[in-house]
Amino acid sequence: MPVLAELERISTVIEVGGVPVRVNTTDPGFADLVRKRYEGFLSASEHPEADFDVELAPPVGTDPNADVRVTHDAGRWTLLRGDFRAEWEPAARRGWIRQTSNPYSIDAVLRIVHSLVLAGEGGLLLHSASAIRNGRAFLFAGVSGAGKTTISRLAPHDVTLLTDEVSYVRRRGQDYVAFGTPFAGELAKVGENVSAPVAALYLIAHGPENRIDPVSPGEAARALLANVLFFAEEEQLVQAAFHAAFEFVSRVPVSRLTFVPDSRVWELIG
Amino acid sequence: MSKLFVARNPRVAARCLDGEMMIMSGRDSTLFTLNRTATILWQAADGRTPLDEIVAARICPEFEVDPDTALQDAESLARDLAGHQILELSEQPIGQPANSSEARR
Repeated sequence: MPVLAELERISTVIEVGGVPVRVNTTDPGFADLVRKRYEGFLSASEHPEADFDVELAPPVGTDPNADVRVTHDAGRWTLLRGDFRAEWEPAARRGWIRQTSNPYSIDAVLRIVHSLVLAGEGGLLLHSASAIRNGRAFLFAGVSGAGKTTISRLAPHDVTLLTDEVSYVRRRGQDYVAFGTPFAGELAKVGENVSAPVAALYLIAHGPENRIDPVSPGEAARALLANVLFFAEEEQLVQAAFHAAFEFVSRVPVSRLTFVPDSRVWELIG
Repeated sequence: MSKLFVARNPRVAARCLDGEMMIMSGRDSTLFTLNRTATILWQAADGRTPLDEIVAARICPEFEVDPDTALQDAESLARDLAGHQILELSEQPIGQPANSSEARR
């Protein structure tokens, strides 16, 4: 495992959903890139959930669009994609990342690490937009093209956008809390670093009118599972994510939201 | 004719929601939704009760079908579910009581 010399180390703590992750590098340019990329989510926490040394290396020449592989062996996670390789030992809270100097690889590693942390505690990293209105959070889940970015863009001024792409949901007792994330989609705008209790999940789709329709519990669970971001090929965590999705739909109202692309859709929300 | 025993694969996660049984493979995250017959079979698959007894006691009364046809269909269904690694099949009782993560909840 690469270990950076203490004197050369530049550390940045990125805290999403109350889970701090420290990134250490010896490259001032990369440190600056990370700090700009995660502005609004930087933290002074001295007790990170994960502590990664980043080793910048030349590209390995493989496909950066290749599927990510996340495997677990002897207490260590291995994260692999064409553009990076990383390892993380949760018990030691230590890990390393080997990548080129770009923001996309570290972003992917952070998403994976957070998905693993959340799966272990009944939370979810969800392919959905989310926003706060009147102190309550609303999630808008859907595949690419369903309208996550559109509904985010249409949000009126009294709405605080948490994300237009990846929602961060943690369990708090019998309830769920949604947090802002820096994981942006087409809107290319990081969310606000705030949180609120989840009031509803909407399965969104474009349509000829604005309307909300009920969905059966089974349909809600299937739709939610289709939108959970989960990368690991580890049976226990897959099962944990499965049960987390069912717990979520048994506690949070889920409806189908059909909308035309104008701001009047927000008259139905909150 | 030998007996066939069926057991729930403990390596899958299962939940019944509003009467709908959903199962996810821990191996490859594939999600299955079981129909009514498959749900009955899944719930009765304790590894100790032979398939013909499950059919006679649980499936025939539910669907009012003749036992031979029901057993043929159930065996085909069980083999299909086993192919997806949802069920385990054996001509002997399956030792450990079948115990999915759903059954523990």
